[in-house]
Amino acid sequence: MIKKILIADDEPNILISLEFLMKREGYEVLLARDGQEAMDVIARERPALVLLDVMMPVKSGFDVCHELRASEGLRDTLVLMLTAKGRDTDVAKGLALGANAYMTKPFSTKELVQKVREMLGESA
Amino acid sequence: MLPAYLVIGVSFAYLALLFAVAHWGDRRAAAGRSVIGSPWVYALSIAVYCTAWTYFGSVGRAATAGVWFFPIYLGPMLAMLLGWMVVRKMIRIAKTYRITSIADLIASRYGKSPALAGLVTLITVVGIVPYIALQLKAVASGYAVLTSPLGQPAPIATGWWLDSTLYVALFLAGFTMVFGARHLDSTERHEGMVAAIAFESVVKLLAFLAVGVFASFVLFSSPAAIFEQARSVESLRDLLSFRQGESFAYVQWAGMTVLAMFAALFLPRQFQVMVVENVDERHLRRAVWVFPLYLLLINLFVLPIAFAGLLYFGPGRMDPENFVLSLPLAEGHTVLALAAFVGGLSAATGMVIVEATAVSTMVCNDLIMPLLLRMKRFGVRSSGDLTGLLLGIRRAAILGIMLLGYLYYRLAGEAYALVSIGLISFAAVAQFAPAILGGMYWRGGTRSGALAGLLCGFGFWVYTLMLPSLAKSGWLDDGFLRDGLFGLALLKPEAFLGLSGMDGLTHSLFWSLLANLLAYVGVSLWRAPSAAETSQALLFVDVFRRTAGTNPVFWEGKAQVSALLPLAGRFLGAQAAQRLFADYAQRLGLTRVEDIPGDARLVQFVETQLAGAIGSASARVMVASVVEEEALDLDDVLRILDEASQLRAYSHALEEKSHSLELATAELREANQKLKSLDHMKDDFMSSVTHELRTPLTSIRALSELMRDDENMDVAQRQRFLGIIVTEAERLSRLVNQVLDMAKIEAGRADWHSTEVNLREVVEQVAGSVRESFRERGVALDLVLPASLPPVRADADRLTQVVLNLLSNALKYAPHAQGRVVVRLGDAPEGLTLEVQDNGPGIAPDQQAVVFEKFRQVSGDDHYRPGGTGLGLPISRQIVEHFGGRMWLRSTPGQGATFGFSLPHARTGMTDQHNSTQSEGT
Repeated sequence: MIKKILIADDEPNILISLEFLMKREGYEVLLARDGQEAMDVIARERPALVLLDVMMPVKSGFDVCHELRASEGLRDTLVLMLTAKGRDTDVAKGLALGANAYMTKPFSTKELVQKVREMLGESA
Repeated sequence: MLPAYLVIGVSFAYLALLFAVAHWGDRRAAAGRSVIGSPWVYALSIAVYCTAWTYFGSVGRAATAGVWFFPIYLGPMLAMLLGWMVVRKMIRIAKTYRITSIADLIASRYGKSPALAGLVTLITVVGIVPYIALQLKAVASGYAVLTSPLGQPAPIATGWWLDSTLYVALFLAGFTMVFGARHLDSTERHEGMVAAIAFESVVKLLAFLAVGVFASFVLFSSPAAIFEQARSVESLRDLLSFRQGESFAYVQWAGMTVLAMFAALFLPRQFQVMVVENVDERHLRRAVWVFPLYLLLINLFVLPIAFAGLLYFGPGRMDPENFVLSLPLAEGHTVLALAAFVGGLSAATGMVIVEATAVSTMVCNDLIMPLLLRMKRFGVRSSGDLTGLLLGIRRAAILGIMLLGYLYYRLAGEAYALVSIGLISFAAVAQFAPAILGGMYWRGGTRSGALAGLLCGFGFWVYTLMLPSLAKSGWLDDGFLRDGLFGLALLKPEAFLGLSGMDGLTHSLFWSLLANLLAYVGVSLWRAPSAAETSQALLFVDVFRRTAGTNPVFWEGKAQVSALLPLAGRFLGAQAAQRLFADYAQRLGLTRVEDIPGDARLVQFVETQLAGAIGSASARVMVASVVEEEALDLDDVLRILDEASQLRAYSHALEEKSHSLELATAELREANQKLKSLDHMKDDFMSSVTHELRTPLTSIRALSELMRDDENMDVAQRQRFLGIIVTEAERLSRLVNQVLDMAKIEAGRADWHSTEVNLREVVEQVAGSVRESFRERGVALDLVLPASLPPVRADADRLTQVVLNLLSNALKYAPHAQGRVVVRLGDAPEGLTLEVQDNGPGIAPDQQAVVFEKFRQVSGDDHYRPGGTGLGLPISRQIVEHFGGRMWLRSTPGQGATFGFSLPHARTGMTDQHNSTQSEGT
């Protein structure tokens, strides 16, 4: 079955490029432009994986990650954090809050696809 | 005439009340709520200066000599107002070295000399006994006036056992024993006694004022009326003027004033209440004005009463010294007469009690103790407890002084007027002035100098004042008075070396003080002071320069606690001594008394405590007997002083150093904090810039890779992606430019080309350049610009940058299609203002404060991310503030936002901005 992926980012142009990329790879793509919208979509659509931006309005990526891990039904959702902040402390904080993987912007599309497939347990 | 039993009854009732007050004072002290903690009690107790002599004698003197009663009170007023520093120094010295009498003060200063202490005590006893007799006489004659028919001479008691004065004296002796010598205390404080004295001061003042008011306003209509009437009587006219028929005797006036000044400072009873009984130096501040005011009040009615009596009875018909009693009595006001008598009794008893307490301490410590300690039975080698003996001696001394006073009164009672006895006493006490004042302010005074001065002064006092007064009483052949000693006219006691033109008192005062001073200074200069004298001189003169901790201790040798503790116990009581040592050990941080080191400080501590009980001279002898001490010479004294001052300087320097270290640490901490926060800010800035750079890069890279990997992407899609890439690239370069711009402005390296700028032109130009973008988005742009405006001084390109930034922000947030942006330009007193108002979502109050901070973009409700850099507004604000203006934001969420700024008017030439604004129109 086709797996659902949620892309949560407040930069419209990043949403455009990631949506195109993930659709090309054959996933069903959901979009969210802030943290709260991301939580709502996850609860409704139960995506297998979330590409989660850290710096978002209303609710940050860290908050979303934290809430997911604390929620009984949603805690299995895979989270791939994307951040434009490159500091080690940010990476550590994301992983500590329960993100499954972490990538720094700007990223290689090839590597991103590879990482997504790995996480979903598919061969490259 | 009043019945005797009534007068006696009232008198003893009053004395019983006094007893109750004193008892209450002691009870309060025992309960820890001391009455002498009040500066009022202290100030009032000093009024013990006003004795029966004031009460009766002043009126007598005023009736015979007019204003000449006044120097006796002017002196003390001046002593308090001008000489309070002397009193403060005496208090500090007495407290620091446990000095409890005037004799001890002098003896201690000059090397703790027993001889000096004894001499001062002798002079005091000789000088003071007549003064006590005077008080008894006042009480006796007052009693006689009240109990005998008016105007008749008082009957003289035939037998002493019938004389009520004796019983008054005995009662006072008992009172003094109970409250002045109840227990041994090394500070010699008597709370109950002081409370009683303060009470008496109030009683005598009120009683005297009552008689004054009666004489001035009941007998006569006003004091002015009394003087008016007196002026019309030939024999009284002279009394009303200062000159009294001849030239004013300035010398005599000054002499009397100085005499009274010394008396107020050095009379044993004044020293007792002012210095020994003082519990807090700050109380002196109250006394400085209360005591002179008290003297003024009690003297207010002296002249009116004197003249009222002279007018009422006629000159020479009645004894003026009893006017206070005879005036109310003659008018039948028996209650007032009784009250006046109680006032006089009060004045007499107050003086007698304090004087007897003070003098008994001196007699015990400075006359009897030194003799006793020489005897084998009580001396240094014996070990018996002497506290009981000490108290016994004190009490016996009190009784002895009182009986001596009574004896003097019986023998000399009628011979001499009250006021003369008082002045003779004053003159004796004045002899202490050179030794005390010199001792407190001159390091050069020596024991021999003080002895010589006192002996010469006292000798002249005896020869020129005491003996003549005895001769005039008929007890001596007055041949030496008329012809001089051995028939030598130059030796005439009242015209010594031919000096004439002064009254006897001034003459005596002149010669005795001159001889005293010359001998004191001369002998002091003749021989260098010994080590003991030098060390005491340093401790006295510089008492304010040191605190207890840094005081040098002029003692070297070895001492044992096991020897000093029993010694202290002999004079202070074993329990009290044990307690003192335990406290001392605790201050040193030791638990056991036996661990106290037998050093100089301990010796000094014990000696000071003993000095309080037996006087410093005896204390020195006793301590020296139980320790091994090394004799100090002058070099040792100077060395110890040097060490002490080095120690003081060292501890002072340490204190300074630690203080400056603390300051430096605080400064460093602050600087470090600043650096840390700067570092933090820089870190934040870098992180923010990185984020802002990576975000567009992410889109560019992703889209580029997508296009690279998919050769078959349709053209429209490709065009769309390329458009985004271009936009993001533009955003990148804008960001880079603004970061550099910001960095330059913040570092102060930006180029500013200031000229006079027409803001209206700038706005119009910017509006022209953005009009197209506004139309594309469907946003209306309205300009509200006044026709003419004064110029501002700024950089035109920078202003353009600011206006453009505000307009593009407004465009970004204004809603599409229905958007509306208004630009308003205005002129206000503070300068030109420009406001840009949009009808976008507005900014929440908590966000408004941060919009001018770097990298703080605010997003609206519709999640439209305007792709800004987060630096536009911070840069704009920096620019506006650079030109002396300010920037602001007003917004209500949901109703749009208004950004605005002001810029000051350009100053042209010498004219101020207001003028230039006006001249713009012409």
